[in-house]
Amino acid sequence: MASSTKYSVKPSSKKAKLSKNRKSSSSGLDDSGVSGVTDNLDLYRQMYLIREFELACGENYSKGLIRGFLHLYIGQEATGVGAISTLRDDDYVVSAYRDHGHALARGLDVNRAMAELFGKATGTSKGKGGSMHLFDAAKGFMGGHAIVAGQLPLAAGLALAQQYNDTDALTICFFGDGSTNQGLYHETMNLAAIWKLPILFFLENNMYGMGSSIERVRAGGIDFYPGMATYGIPAAEVDGMDVLAVKEASELAVARIRNGDGPQFIEAKTFRFGGHSVADGQKYRGQEEVKEWEERDPVVTFPAKLIEMGLATADQIAEIKAIVDEAVATAVKFAEDSPEPKLSEIHNDVLA
Amino acid sequence: MPEIVLREALKRGLEEALENDPRVFIMGEDIGEYGGAYAVTDGFLKKFGEKRIKDTPISEQAFLGAGIGAAAAGLRPIVEFMSMSFTLVAFDQIVNMAANLRYMSGGQISVPMVIRAPTGAGVQLGATHSQSFETWLAEVPGMKVVCPSTPYDALGLMRSAIKDDNPVLMAEPALLYGAKGEVPDEYYEIEIGKADVTREGSDITLVSYGYGMRPVNEAADTLEGRGVSVEVIDLRSLAPIDMVAIIASVKKTNRVVVVDNARRRGGVMAEVTADLQQAAFEWLDGPVMRVGSVDVPWPYNRGLEQEVLTDADDVLAAVAEGYGL
Ligand SMILES: Cc1ncc(C[n+]2csc(CCOP(=O)(O)OP(=O)(O)O)c2C)c(N)n1
Ligand SMILES: [Mg+2]
Repeated sequence: MASSTKYSVKPSSKKAKLSKNRKSSSSGLDDSGVSGVTDNLDLYRQMYLIREFELACGENYSKGLIRGFLHLYIGQEATGVGAISTLRDDDYVVSAYRDHGHALARGLDVNRAMAELFGKATGTSKGKGGSMHLFDAAKGFMGGHAIVAGQLPLAAGLALAQQYNDTDALTICFFGDGSTNQGLYHETMNLAAIWKLPILFFLENNMYGMGSSIERVRAGGIDFYPGMATYGIPAAEVDGMDVLAVKEASELAVARIRNGDGPQFIEAKTFRFGGHSVADGQKYRGQEEVKEWEERDPVVTFPAKLIEMGLATADQIAEIKAIVDEAVATAVKFAEDSPEPKLSEIHNDVLA
Repeated sequence: MPEIVLREALKRGLEEALENDPRVFIMGEDIGEYGGAYAVTDGFLKKFGEKRIKDTPISEQAFLGAGIGAAAAGLRPIVEFMSMSFTLVAFDQIVNMAANLRYMSGGQISVPMVIRAPTGAGVQLGATHSQSFETWLAEVPGMKVVCPSTPYDALGLMRSAIKDDNPVLMAEPALLYGAKGEVPDEYYEIEIGKADVTREGSDITLVSYGYGMRPVNEAADTLEGRGVSVEVIDLRSLAPIDMVAIIASVKKTNRVVVVDNARRRGGVMAEVTADLQQAAFEWLDGPVMRVGSVDVPWPYNRGLEQEVLTDADDVLAAVAEGYGL
C-alpha cells in the first residue's frame, strides 16, 4: 500500500453540508419518540440530552446525592456526539474521567448512567465505579478512566485485538490536552503507529488541564495536531463547537482506519464552560474568555442553524427538548428510587 | 497554645523552609496559580514567585525525576502529588532512582527531597483515587516515610523531612487537612522514626498512624468507658518504624492490636506484627491482632466504602476476638 501519509491534514475547507432530513413526519420523530429521528435532529437530541444530564448531575451533587469528583462535559457536547455518531456497534469507545457525554453519546442507558452516579445497585457498575468510571462493555463503552492518559494504551490494546481478529472495527480514544504531557502519550502514539492499529485518537483540546492553560504547561503552542507528523499519524484539526464539522472529520478518519490505513488523529478545539470539577472556583481564568466560548454553545447554535436553514422547525426542537427533559427527570427519579448495593457486593467482581 | 488545622501546619512548615533556605523550592501540578488541589500552597506563588513555586505539566514521572536530579545537585526540592494514587505513575523514578542512588553510588550522591501526597479513602473517589501507597514505599530501603495525624506532628515532621538528606515521603491524610490541633509558636521538630505514645495505659496497646488514629482513639474511648486501660501509639513514621516503642509498650500491656486505615494485606502493620511476634512473643497474652481496610479495590458507593474502611467497631471486634476485652 502506498504510504503517502499526509501530515496535518485538515478537513476539507468547504463548510460541512447539512444533511437533509431523511424523514418528514411533522415532528421529525417517529412513534418511539427518539430512535427514528433524522440525523441532524438526533445529533441535537444527543447534545441536548448530555447538557440536561450534566445540569441534573450538578444539581444532585449540590444536594449530596452524587459525590466524589464530578467533571461535567458542558460545552464539549459537539465533539463527543459528532465523533461517536460515525461509529458502528462493534467499535470501541474509550474515555477519561469527563466521561458522561461520551457514555451517553454511545447510547448508555440514561437511567443506569444516572444511577451509577448516585452509587446505586442499578448503576452501570453496580454503584462501584461512580462518575469517573462509567462502563458498558456490551455497548463497546470501555470506560471511564481517571488516571490522566491511562486510557491511551488500553485503547491501543483494544485496537490491537480488533486488528488481531481481522475485523475492520476500530477504537476511538478520547483524551484531554493535559494528558499529552504524560509519557504514555508518546509511547502509545508510537506503538499505534508502528503497528498500524485501527485507532482514532480524539483530542478534546479545551485549552485547560485543571487550572493550567496550555500555554503554561506545553512547549510549542496550543496546536497539537502538527506534532503527529513525528509518528506519521495523519492529523486533522476541527472546530469542536461545530458538531457537523466534527462528524465530517471523524467520518474521514474512520473511513481511512477501516481501510487499513492505521491510526488517525483529530484535535477538536473546544471548551468546558464550567470548572474542572464542580469544586473548582476557576481563579485561573477570566470570565471574558468563558463568555466568548459560550456564545458558540453548540447546544444553542446548532438548533438555531437548523431552523434558519429550514432543516428543522422550532416545534421539532421544542418537542425534542420536552422528551429529553422528561427522560432526564425520569433518570433522576430512577436513580433516587433505586436500592443501594448490598454490603455483600463488596467482595464480588474482585477476581473473575 | 494556638489551634490550627493540619493544612495550616503543613503550610507553615513549607513557608518557613522557603523563607529560610534558598535551596528549597516546590513543584507540582496546579500548586501555583490554582493554589493546590487541597490548597496547601495557596498564595505561595504570589509570595515566593515562579522560581520557587513551579507549576508542572501533568508529567509526574518527569517532574519527580527532575526533583531527584535537582536534589542530587544540592537543591532541596519539595514535590507535590495531587493524590497518593498518582505516585504510581512515578514509582519507577522514586524506587529505582531516588531510593537507590545513594547506595549505588557508594554514598556519593544523596537525594534530599520531600515528596508530598494526600492519601486515603473516605470521600467516594473510587478505585483509582483512594489508595494509600505509602505502605508500599515504606518497604523500600533508601526511603523514609512519615504520616502525621495531628497539626502538631504535621509541622514537626515537615521540618524534619525538609532538613533530612534522604528522600522522605510525607503522606498527608486527605481527610485530616481540616483537623484542628494545638501548635506552639516556639520552634520544635519531630524526629523521623520516633513513635508517639499518645495515651498511656496498662491493659492493651493499640497501634496506628495517620487517619487510622481516628478509629483507634474512638475505640480507646469506648474501652476506657468499660474500665479497660488503653495505651495508644501513633507511629508517625512508617519507615523507619519505631519498634522499640511498640515492644516496650507490649511488654507492659501484654496485648496489642495494630490498625491500618489502608488495606489490611501487606503494608506497615504486617511488618509490625511479624516483628512483634519475634521480639515479644513471650510477653503476649494472645495473638497480635491486625485490623485494616477490606482487601478490595475502593468502591464508589458510600455505604460500601464505609464498610470497607477500618472503623472503631473493627478495632473493638479485634480487641474482643484476640483478648476477650
Ligand atoms: C496521573 C494523574 N495525575 C493527575 C491527575 C489529576 N487530574 C485529573 S484531571 C486533570 C487535568 C487533565 O486535563 P485534560 O487532560 O486537559 O482533560 P480535561 O479535564 O480538560 O478534560 C488532572 C491534573 C490524575 N487524575 N492522574
Ligand atoms: Mg483539557
